[in-house]
Amino acid sequence: MSTFVLLTITGLGLGALYFLIASGLSLIYGLMGVLNFAHGAFLTVGAYAMWFTESKLTGISVLPRFLLGALAGLVAGAVFAALVELVLIRPLYKRHIEQVLVTVGLGLATTALVVAIWGNDARTVVAPAWLGKTTTVFGANIPNDRWILIIAAVVVLLALNAFLKRTRYGLIIRAGVENRAMVTALGIDVRRAFTLVFAIGGVAAALAGVLGNVYFSTVDPSRGTSLLIFAFIVVVIGGLGSLRGTAGSAVVVGLVQQYANYYASSGLGDLSVVLLLGLVLLARPGGLSRSFA
Amino acid sequence: MSALLSVSDLHVYLGESHILQGIDFDVAEGGVTALLGRNGVGKTTTLRALMGLVDRRGRITLTGEDVTATPTHKIVRRGVGYVPEDRDVFAGLTVDENLRLAERDTEPRYELVYDLFPELKQRGKQLAGTLSGGQQQMVAIGRALLNDNRLLLVDEPTKGLAPLLVAEVARVLERVAELATVLLVEQNLGVVRRVARDAVVLDTGRVVHVGPAQELLADKPMVHRMLGVGHA
Amino acid sequence: MRKWAVPMAILVVLALVPQFSIDIPYVFNGPINTPGTLQLLALCLVFGGVAMSYDLLFGYTGLLSFGHALYFAVGVYITAIAITKWHWSFVAAIAFTALIGVLLPLVLGAVSLRVGGIAFAMVTLAFAQAGSILAFKNPNGWTGGEEGLGADYTKLPAGLVGIFNTKHLYWVALGFVTVAFVIVQWAVASSPGHIWQAIRENELRVEVLGLRPYAYKLMVFVLASLIATAGGVVYLLLLGGATPEVTSANFTLTLLVMVVIGGTGTRWGALLGGVIYTWANERLGDASSSHAVSSLPSFLRTPLQQPLFVLGVLFILVVFFVPGGLVRIGKVRRPRTLQRLQEAMQK
Repeated sequence: MSTFVLLTITGLGLGALYFLIASGLSLIYGLMGVLNFAHGAFLTVGAYAMWFTESKLTGISVLPRFLLGALAGLVAGAVFAALVELVLIRPLYKRHIEQVLVTVGLGLATTALVVAIWGNDARTVVAPAWLGKTTTVFGANIPNDRWILIIAAVVVLLALNAFLKRTRYGLIIRAGVENRAMVTALGIDVRRAFTLVFAIGGVAAALAGVLGNVYFSTVDPSRGTSLLIFAFIVVVIGGLGSLRGTAGSAVVVGLVQQYANYYASSGLGDLSVVLLLGLVLLARPGGLSRSFA
Repeated sequence: MSALLSVSDLHVYLGESHILQGIDFDVAEGGVTALLGRNGVGKTTTLRALMGLVDRRGRITLTGEDVTATPTHKIVRRGVGYVPEDRDVFAGLTVDENLRLAERDTEPRYELVYDLFPELKQRGKQLAGTLSGGQQQMVAIGRALLNDNRLLLVDEPTKGLAPLLVAEVARVLERVAELATVLLVEQNLGVVRRVARDAVVLDTGRVVHVGPAQELLADKPMVHRMLGVGHA
Repeated sequence: MRKWAVPMAILVVLALVPQFSIDIPYVFNGPINTPGTLQLLALCLVFGGVAMSYDLLFGYTGLLSFGHALYFAVGVYITAIAITKWHWSFVAAIAFTALIGVLLPLVLGAVSLRVGGIAFAMVTLAFAQAGSILAFKNPNGWTGGEEGLGADYTKLPAGLVGIFNTKHLYWVALGFVTVAFVIVQWAVASSPGHIWQAIRENELRVEVLGLRPYAYKLMVFVLASLIATAGGVVYLLLLGGATPEVTSANFTLTLLVMVVIGGTGTRWGALLGGVIYTWANERLGDASSSHAVSSLPSFLRTPLQQPLFVLGVLFILVVFFVPGGLVRIGKVRRPRTLQRLQEAMQK
């Protein structure tokens, strides 16, 4: 029983991590029709900005050091993502394939740049000690970082929902995901919404980078790319452009991975996720969800 | 009468097809100008070209200014409202949200819209995707009226509607024509007869007739030849 | 016959490379007939061929696959496993690899092609990921996991082993890319080839004509995968071993980069892109330790020392300014292959 609880909570933690990356991917594709292969780079930028800031703040105590590092990571992610949209994506307006290709190039270039500056090896990240400890629930010892991940994902989901439902830009984005042309036909310049959506995606991915650093205790240049693949799988299963679908499928994927890895055999978890994707796509090519938000 | 809208040598290609092959016409200010023609001659494409929703070549002048290269949202901001052929209301948004999205001016004309379409006020919180065709048409027209637009481009507003609703739409169009200039694409000649002052007829991507609407409609052989309805 | 004149001339020139001791400074590290340079040239040719196979799918038929690496990896790994772990003869290993090279894309393609657009891209990605996971998982110790698997050189033909036989390997690679070129050109000009391009242009119209696009797509999928598998076998011979990097999604993306840089759906584009990318990847690595680069200020030197950074930036520049690829320089209009692909993806 306690094993099951452990697997479930850690599975949810993993799902939370996936959701943080996948949410941005889903929004960007839903509104702009762009498969953002540079999304992993947003994560990497956020993760390294955090580590770099921490490494420069050696004089102060752990908690503020960690928080400032995390803040730096989030800001870096948002700014980087917004710049990418303005400089690389916006000029290619309506040329979706070229936009996708550009993100491919950017993803490769960013990872290479990070490796160039800081090398391929993982670097340790500083985090408050209690994150590394465990809390016991129903007999299961859950690492505390999982709770933070789950809370972060829930907060992001609620915040995004509120943003989409209650603000004008949220309204524009919801409408744009349905019919981008008609939004422009109402006199609205959707391109600003595009930049905003990229920035939001950048923050969420950077948050995944920061919390990923905590989860793995290290920062590492290849993490963005490997998590990106899972993020794509999550987004496609849940239905491209559907925030609720992404949340649901992130939970399912995280849980399936944990359960399969334990109850079947180690490594089978990843395979079963891939199998799940194949099954879902063959049954419903549009993913599991059809509507947005 | 000055021309509110002036179209000159308009060409549009969709893929390999040369849909509009040099369209020339003017729309005078005030009243309804009907854009007529058989199915597939390019009426909807003309409206989309005026809106900047398809790539176009030629010259389009709106209130004296050249808008040929202007992007869609800027054209709309010059006071153009668009009611597309398939209504294109946002199904996932409520009626209220659909209208709110369309707000541009500092004082959107909600009283006017609710006066014309009281149902929209009642069904404010209803998802637009669950509305009937007629109700969606109300949303589509309503949001074009919310702002003080000088020109309304309306594409087949009575398509797929029951006769009672068709009459309703015609009544609305009459009222709207008092407030703005309307370029109306319509297959229902009864509606055209009721509201239109001028008519522009298209055939395979070109303008083949321009003149007062009533004259055209009274000429049965011409109606048959150009619009494919009735008998010679 | 005239359209073969240029390719044949190029073939003859390339075949004679190992016979001449010509030094091309900056382009190569040593004279062209040295093992090091021949190895690089052979690698360029292999990837030129594999890129052509990817172009068959992407440039000609409009199928965006993110899993092409899988079939290349089949060529590399199955042969390596057969000779090293199962102790089969080289010929038996090749035959078995060929069999898998036909059956696997047949089965996986049959499944993947049931969907189109983004869904197809994702399914192919998923299958390749599965392959990658398997390679890392090292079932029965066959794949060697993260470290890969060295090929048992005693099983390989004697003429292809050892540094002095690099020129033989070079000719094998040349043979591979020649065969690949001929097959691709012939296929594209054939009746199914015209249908593939028609599918790229407008799949609906192909259906209306009474043809089944699915069958044709499966055909090109298997053909392209088989060519990639053959490339994988040559790659194994060249490197002497298999590493899991060839199964990664990144690898398929580099194929995409090669094809786009060169020019999709053209006679020479993919080949050119594959050759240039491979050459640049290798030479940029060398250049980074050269005197010219080391003397640059560090903010310039550091990124330039990573080939993927330079290539990534180059790719972005190509997409912006020459979306048709290098073979279409001078023609500013966006190539139709990209336009059609965008339309297909939006369904």
